[in-house]
Amino acid sequence: MNGLWMILTAAGLMMASGFPAGFGPRRSRTAQCLATVLLVLGSLTGLSGLAIVLFSSEPCALSFPWHLPWGSFSVGLDALSAVFLIPVFIVPALGSVYGLDYWRQSDHPDNGRGLSLFYGLLAGAMVMVVIARDAVLLLIFWEIMALAAFFLATAENEKPEVRRAGWIYLVATHTGTVCLLALFALLRQVSGSFALSAMDAGSLTSGVATTLFILTVIGFGFKAGIMPLHVWLPGAHANAPSHVSAVMSGVMLKMGVYGIIRMLTLLPVTEMWNGELLLSLGAITGILGIAFAIGQSDIKRLLAYSSIENIGIITMGIGLALIGRTLHRVDFILLGLGGALLHVWNHSLFKSLLFLNSGAIMHAVHTRDMNRMGGLAKSMPRTAGLFILGAIAICGLPPLNGFVSEWLIYLGLFQSVETGNGISWPAAGIGAVALAMIGALSLACFVKIYSTVFLGQPRFPNHSAPHDPKPLMHYPMFLLAAGCVVLGILPQLGLPLIQRAAAQWMDPSIQGSLLAPIQWISKAALVLIVVSRLIIALVRKKIRKQPGVSIGTWGCGYAQPTPRMQYTATSFGEMLVKRFRWALRPRTQRPVIASPFPHKTGFSTEVPDTVLDRMVLPVFQYTGRQIMKLRLLQQGRTEIYLLYMLIILLFLFCWESLGIGR
Amino acid sequence: MINIFIHIALLLIMPPLLLGVINKTKALFAGRRGPPVLQLYYDLFKLARKGVVISEVTTWVFTAAPVITLVAITLAGLMVPMGPFQSPIAFTGDLILFAYLLALSRFFTTTAALDTGSAFEGMGAAREVTFACLSEPALFFALLVLAKMSGSLVLTDMLHTPLTAGSQSAASLVLVAAGLFILLLAENSRIPVDDPNTHLELTMIHEVMVLDHSGPLLGIILYGAAVKLFVLSAVLLHIVFPFQSGSALLDWSLFVIEMLFTAVAVGVVESVMARLQMRNVQHLLIAAILLCGFGFVLLMR
Repeated sequence: MNGLWMILTAAGLMMASGFPAGFGPRRSRTAQCLATVLLVLGSLTGLSGLAIVLFSSEPCALSFPWHLPWGSFSVGLDALSAVFLIPVFIVPALGSVYGLDYWRQSDHPDNGRGLSLFYGLLAGAMVMVVIARDAVLLLIFWEIMALAAFFLATAENEKPEVRRAGWIYLVATHTGTVCLLALFALLRQVSGSFALSAMDAGSLTSGVATTLFILTVIGFGFKAGIMPLHVWLPGAHANAPSHVSAVMSGVMLKMGVYGIIRMLTLLPVTEMWNGELLLSLGAITGILGIAFAIGQSDIKRLLAYSSIENIGIITMGIGLALIGRTLHRVDFILLGLGGALLHVWNHSLFKSLLFLNSGAIMHAVHTRDMNRMGGLAKSMPRTAGLFILGAIAICGLPPLNGFVSEWLIYLGLFQSVETGNGISWPAAGIGAVALAMIGALSLACFVKIYSTVFLGQPRFPNHSAPHDPKPLMHYPMFLLAAGCVVLGILPQLGLPLIQRAAAQWMDPSIQGSLLAPIQWISKAALVLIVVSRLIIALVRKKIRKQPGVSIGTWGCGYAQPTPRMQYTATSFGEMLVKRFRWALRPRTQRPVIASPFPHKTGFSTEVPDTVLDRMVLPVFQYTGRQIMKLRLLQQGRTEIYLLYMLIILLFLFCWESLGIGR
Repeated sequence: MINIFIHIALLLIMPPLLLGVINKTKALFAGRRGPPVLQLYYDLFKLARKGVVISEVTTWVFTAAPVITLVAITLAGLMVPMGPFQSPIAFTGDLILFAYLLALSRFFTTTAALDTGSAFEGMGAAREVTFACLSEPALFFALLVLAKMSGSLVLTDMLHTPLTAGSQSAASLVLVAAGLFILLLAENSRIPVDDPNTHLELTMIHEVMVLDHSGPLLGIILYGAAVKLFVLSAVLLHIVFPFQSGSALLDWSLFVIEMLFTAVAVGVVESVMARLQMRNVQHLLIAAILLCGFGFVLLMR
């Protein structure tokens, strides 16, 4: 029981961490340091509490006698919560340390205090969301989390695009919350309480089960960013400070994933189409997410779309596991859910790394537009080295961690093709092909981002002399990259816990193991690293011994090449953007050449969010116009409003006395 | 044990020979005498002794990438069985490691190309990653067909399944073989997808990406490309020639002869076909997806 108390203490510490800074002096460095120290302290307390709970097998639940309105304050911890708690304890703490140098309160007196305050609230609320065992309690902290994220994302609210992104986020998250309210109301209707405990199949008709499933997917899908519910995600991630983007993308999106998995754990065994729906939603989210990413030239928007892609991969794993649950196949559940949960960890490592890295880049070049960068590897070698690690990991390439989780999901999909009994295997097969396509596209995407930012020559003269960031920004990135390497070579370290979490979906009598072929993966990863390293050393030695000439890149005979002639981010992605034109709808402005001596002109192209611009906004605008008609009632005179009240009251009296309601 | 030794030896020594055979075939069609069959070996020895010209623009990626590419492809080659023998590395799920090692090599080839900051190499890299988005699904459809037919997720078992497959799955295998042949041509930058001999940077894919490499680095790249051709041919051979004699010696010589035959076939295709326009390459790759995809659909009956 001690462990859970420690985690509760941790949540309290984290939520309170920002208060001294939030209400302290505007430019105080000490206050910001205090916030970070408290947050890190909270995280360490939480991690030790987690360790205590995991290594002792005591049942872990607490219920407090005092009641919330309708609900009760009951918390608990199982393997699934533990899996999600680990990134919650690691990423915000690292991000906060990074923020000490990235977002100094003394440089940002306008929003620095608020940032500290809401950052701690966000981190602590996420801890509570994961351990809440009561729907009302979960919703309360869900809202704290969502609102804290809103204030964090709109830190620079003097900029109009930040405000716009913030409003879109606010609308989207509350649409999700409405679905959650409906979901939990229905849950109570069926099960009689708000407690988040398993439901028995007998109490559910198939219609109710379907509604619960759909509400779960929509309500939590908004937070996770499943297409087409992702509309808030690119803008909010791009405009938030980078360490906030890291927490939002690395951890907060996973709260949506947690919600989906948790609710599916509670619901009794589902129908076949549920799993297939999630599988196909995941595939669509993955492919379109990464296609949109390729179209971006804003580095943080690109990373945000790539988060959508990774959520797609995770959703595919959950879908496969759900199919396995319907068909009573242990291997699908283990590989699908295990792969999805491992990918949750992996994504929180490499995506946070990349977002923190993008912050370092923006500090150096003062822009988010990749087309204006280039050649940064020379001036920021350590940042470049960490970025390429993150890029390899996120493409799912061996020998890093992204490969292991994708490998598990692939294995599950292939297994269901290999041994499937007619219903599920074609869907799983198409899933495998979609995953392959996602892999190839994300490779294109991250080759593009690494190359245009770090390689080649600077495309524009940079007056600020870019350099590697200070140690406080550097060490968190280093730790995250180290996590990617360790989980890539030794996934055995994390898999036992993942397996315990995945086992919740399985019939307890059947045993299965994720660990069997994983040793081969670590061996192959080690061989790859060691042999490559040896040969590279040999080649380097040889090159040094026979010094050749060192000159500029061959210009293919062109006499006066300039750095601006390099392939840009936009030109690199152009072929793929064209291939996905039907979905991306790129906006291009071409110069019109009318006379023999044309004037100076320009060309521009961008890939806006199709779902937001062409579907969501028109619907909202139409609704807004229709609702405007109701303004007839709004006279602005108090006596008129009192008259309305009188009319309504009289109407209600009549209603009641005539007995219509009964 | 001896078979593993032969496997590794063939994988490391034979690949340059294939390119010699291809070039000899092309010369034969053109009525030339052509370079000696062992020309690539000579080239590799010559390049290994030479100095290197390295562009000032480049970073460590430029020198590391050719090596990582070569190591990744060779490691992938250790998972592909040759003839009816076991491959040295075989475990459940190795097919995915195989595919992703090829992807890793692509990551580093394209990154090294972009490291030079040359617009031409950027073009090549953009084409490489774009076409891969079409060839990857085709490859996975082919792998799915083999997994379904063999009931195994070990590459060795999957590729040996045509040895025992009945006639009802023949149609699938024919389609997959055709699709894989297109992939072989595309992945190894042969005509009709790419022309290894042209020197017009605007129209090339693989060759334009390695324009700035020289000396031992270029040697490693050429050798790596040959190994890739060898490995992918070894995959294809299992479906095209599913024969097994029972005697190890006979099987190994049969494998070498089949391999040379594949090289001749590639040479013939290169001689009788023109290079496709760049905008039509994608249609060829979509054809590969269709072939492998219909192979998959046929199994659904």
